[in-house]
Amino acid sequence: MTAEATAGLENSALAIAAAGPRPWSLPRPDWRPLLLGLGLPVAAALAWEALVRSGLATGRLLPPPSRIAVTLWKLARTGELWPHVGATSGRVGLGFVLGGVAGILSGLAASYSPLFRRLVDPTLQGLRAIPSLAWVPLFLLWLGIFETSKVALIAVGVFFPVYLGVMGAVLGVDRKLVEVGRIHRLSGLDLARRILLPAILPALVVALRTGLGLGWMFVVAAEYMGASEGIGYLLVDGQQLGKPDQIIAAILVFALLGKVADAAIVALATPALRWQDAYQGGR
Amino acid sequence: MSVALEISGLAKTYPNGQRALGGIDLTVPAGEILAIVGGSGCGKSTLLRLIAGLETPSAGLVRVGGDLVGGPHPAVGLVFQEPRLLPWLSVADNVGFGLAALAAGERAARVGTALERVGLTAHANAWPRELSGGQAQRAALARALVTRPQVLLLDEPFSALDALTRTTLQDHLLELWAFERPTLVLVTHDIEEALVLADRVVTLRPRPGRVDDIQAVVLSRPRDRDSHNFEVHKRRLRAALNQSLAPDTLASDSLTAAAL
Repeated sequence: MTAEATAGLENSALAIAAAGPRPWSLPRPDWRPLLLGLGLPVAAALAWEALVRSGLATGRLLPPPSRIAVTLWKLARTGELWPHVGATSGRVGLGFVLGGVAGILSGLAASYSPLFRRLVDPTLQGLRAIPSLAWVPLFLLWLGIFETSKVALIAVGVFFPVYLGVMGAVLGVDRKLVEVGRIHRLSGLDLARRILLPAILPALVVALRTGLGLGWMFVVAAEYMGASEGIGYLLVDGQQLGKPDQIIAAILVFALLGKVADAAIVALATPALRWQDAYQGGR
Repeated sequence: MSVALEISGLAKTYPNGQRALGGIDLTVPAGEILAIVGGSGCGKSTLLRLIAGLETPSAGLVRVGGDLVGGPHPAVGLVFQEPRLLPWLSVADNVGFGLAALAAGERAARVGTALERVGLTAHANAWPRELSGGQAQRAALARALVTRPQVLLLDEPFSALDALTRTTLQDHLLELWAFERPTLVLVTHDIEEALVLADRVVTLRPRPGRVDDIQAVVLSRPRDRDSHNFEVHKRRLRAALNQSLAPDTLASDSLTAAAL
């Protein structure tokens, strides 16, 4: 039976009683926490702007927000920014997919098979202990100075947190829930799909977010050591030409891209995680 | 009457050398409610897990409706001490968990009936976390019964509930049993629960677990927990339980105290 068919079965069983709220409907967004979170950076930016405008600071090395905004606007309007955004996002996206898939598969294999774990895990843990930036010269030698070495570096960065997260999550799945699957005589694949995967989903999302965060970190390193395109290139260019506003503009673009990508993962995962009975913060 | 469950020479020794069960012989006719009582460590939960096919016996065999049990059997259901609902499925999807092979319509109908029988129709779309302890255990009962098992195993199913809910659910279990009259094998440490529910009560002697005593409960249903006859049965079963705990154990005094 295909995954869709079974999902359909479960949805139809779910639809038999109309009473009560539908568990999979999206909640109305609450903007107040977002506004609260914006308070500190906005206040700091306004204060710096005021200091520079009033002549108390020159703003030569740290330009005021208005000048950075103008730089960013120019980069965007002339169209200069977009190839850089595209190149960097493409590298991170590809590296994330490659490293993420490899991490999920190895994590599943390592948790499912004790033999695989004993054979492979010590080596992977050893490799993980190497600061990933140490790979850079080797990757440049092996894979050349173009895209392949950059994507490979990002994939390595993404791989380890995903691998560790998935393995730890599967090994932490409640044995009692696995027994429910066994008593219903689920095959290995059905057990993975109907019990293990939903059970590790919260941890998987965290692992993917961590991995993606590292992906953004590594793309900078990759672009720093020789690229003619990418946000990292804008950083290097800004440093060499003494344009702090361009550096900060590039940093802001990184922050924005990272935040958007992270929010996308969260938004995709939220409907599937509404069942969680977890600590919400506060008391 | 046909035999639903046949257990012969069933023994279990764990890899660490601990002998949990030392040769159990039991025959359970179809439609009977059998209770298994005994002090802690008498192997009553192990016995149930062996019947369920969740563990493999060291010796002996279990037959369900003539089939040799070599793993979880389609005609055997199991209700655990905790509800063990899957937190990511709605109550209805939990109840229908074992019906994945059925067509959608049939499945929804069976789930609907099962929810109605346990009084959870209004909670079909709720998450398990939104249920009370008693409601969750009722959903677990519905999940086990919806596949229409010939044999339903219950491992101290009400022991985590408060006294009032426990009594209500004991009566409710009998109502549910009356629909299809499956064979019930109930493990419990509660003498009163055994006597309210069972046709026969088996007392196990610990270390290693073996059958010490089997008593028939000759009370008509519904049973009055306060009647004189019920009291007589209670006294008799308590005596059997004490007997089973008495000699060849070092800590027999403390075990007896715990069992009472």
